[in-house]
Amino acid sequence: MADSARTLTDLFGFLGNRRAADTAPAAVTPSATTDDVSHPTKSLPKFLASLQTREKPALLDLGPVVGSNVNFFGEQLGCRIRVEDLAADIEAHLKKGNSDQLPAFLGQRFTQPAGSVDGILAWDLFDYLDKASAQVLATVLTSLLKPEGALLGFFSTTESRESVYTKYVVVDPLHLKYRTYPASRARQRALLTGDIIRMFKGLRVSDSFLMKSNVREMLFRKNPV
Amino acid sequence: MWKRDESVKPATPSVPAPAVPAAPAASMPPAASERRTQQLQGENVNIGKSVFIKGELSGSEDLTIEGNVEGKIELKENILTIGPNGKINAEVFAKAVIVLGVVIGNVTASEKVDIRDNGSVDGDITSPRVAIAEGAHFRGSVDMQRAGTKAAAAPAPAPAGKAAAPPAPTPAQGQKVGA
Repeated sequence: MADSARTLTDLFGFLGNRRAADTAPAAVTPSATTDDVSHPTKSLPKFLASLQTREKPALLDLGPVVGSNVNFFGEQLGCRIRVEDLAADIEAHLKKGNSDQLPAFLGQRFTQPAGSVDGILAWDLFDYLDKASAQVLATVLTSLLKPEGALLGFFSTTESRESVYTKYVVVDPLHLKYRTYPASRARQRALLTGDIIRMFKGLRVSDSFLMKSNVREMLFRKNPV
Repeated sequence: MWKRDESVKPATPSVPAPAVPAAPAASMPPAASERRTQQLQGENVNIGKSVFIKGELSGSEDLTIEGNVEGKIELKENILTIGPNGKINAEVFAKAVIVLGVVIGNVTASEKVDIRDNGSVDGDITSPRVAIAEGAHFRGSVDMQRAGTKAAAAPAPAPAGKAAAPPAPTPAQGQKVGA
C-alpha cells in the first residue's frame, strides 16, 4: 500500500519534490524511533552456538536492558545474564562534562572476577568511545572472558552524524530490530578492522561479516590457556 | 436528541446496585468496604504510602506495597506487587513479583518477575520467567531456569553458505554479505 502510494506520488513531480523535502529533516533529527524492520544478523547464531555447549553460561550484556532479549538469552542458553548498560554510563559522563575520566571509570567498572564470563554482548558500544576508552574497555572485557569465551561486537564502517544510540532487539537468532534513542553525541569514528583486532589483544577473530547496512559484525573468541 | 439522551441518563442510577455484604459495608464508602472485604477474605493486603516497615515481612496473602520496606519480604505462595509509590530496599522472595515502583535488592520468584513501565529494580533476579517493560529500569543479573531443553534452543543455523568469513585472525575486508 505504501509502495503504491509512493509510486503515485512519484508520478507527480511537484509532490515528489515535496515528499523529499519533508523527509529530509527527519533523517537527522535525533529522536527515539522504533524500526519495525527486521535486520539480518550473521554473527548472533554463531555467538549462540559458541555458548550452547556450556553449562549455565554467564552472559554480560553491555547494552541498555531489553526485556525480550533477557528472555531470549535466558531461554536459549539457560544462562545467567548480567545487564550493564554502558551507554548510560557514557551518557552520564558526557552530561557531567567529564568524558576525560571515562577510561579510568571503565577500567574499574566491572566487579566480576577475571575469567568468569562466557559471553559478552558489546553490540555497537565501541563506536561511541574515544580511542583511549575503547582500548581500556577492550582490555577489561578480554580479561573478564573465560578461555574460549565469546564477544560479539558491531562496528560501523561509515561515519555517522546522527546522535543516537541503538537498542538491538533480538527477534530470532537470525534477525534483530533496531530501536534508536537520543544520545549526547554521535558515533566517534569508524574503526578500521585492523585497529579493532589490535584493540582486542588476547582474542582471536572467529567470524567477521560486513553487512549491507555498513556494519561489521565481529565475533571474537578468547584464546585457550 | 438532547431530550432523548437525558431521558436515558436518569435511568442508570436507579438500577439497583448489586448486593453488598451488609456488615462491613454499613458505614464505609464503597472503595474502602471493598478493600476491607478483600482483606477479610485474604485476597490482597495493601501497605499504604505512609507506612514504613523495617524488618522481616512474611505472609500467605497477596500483598501490594505502596510504602517503604527495608529488610526482607517473604511471600512464597503469593503475589507481591510493588505499587508506583512503593520503595523496597530488601531481599524479596515470592511466587510472583510485579514491580511498578522501586526495588533495591535481590528478587527471587518461583513463577514470574514482571517489571512494568517506570518500575525499577537494582539487584539480581532469579525466576523462570522475567518480563521487563520498555520504560523499566533494571540493573543486575537475571538467572532463569532453562525453560526448554537444549534441543529447543537455536541450532545455530548456518546462514546462506557465502555468509561466513574464514575463521582467520584477519577477516576478509572486501566481503559483502548479509542484509
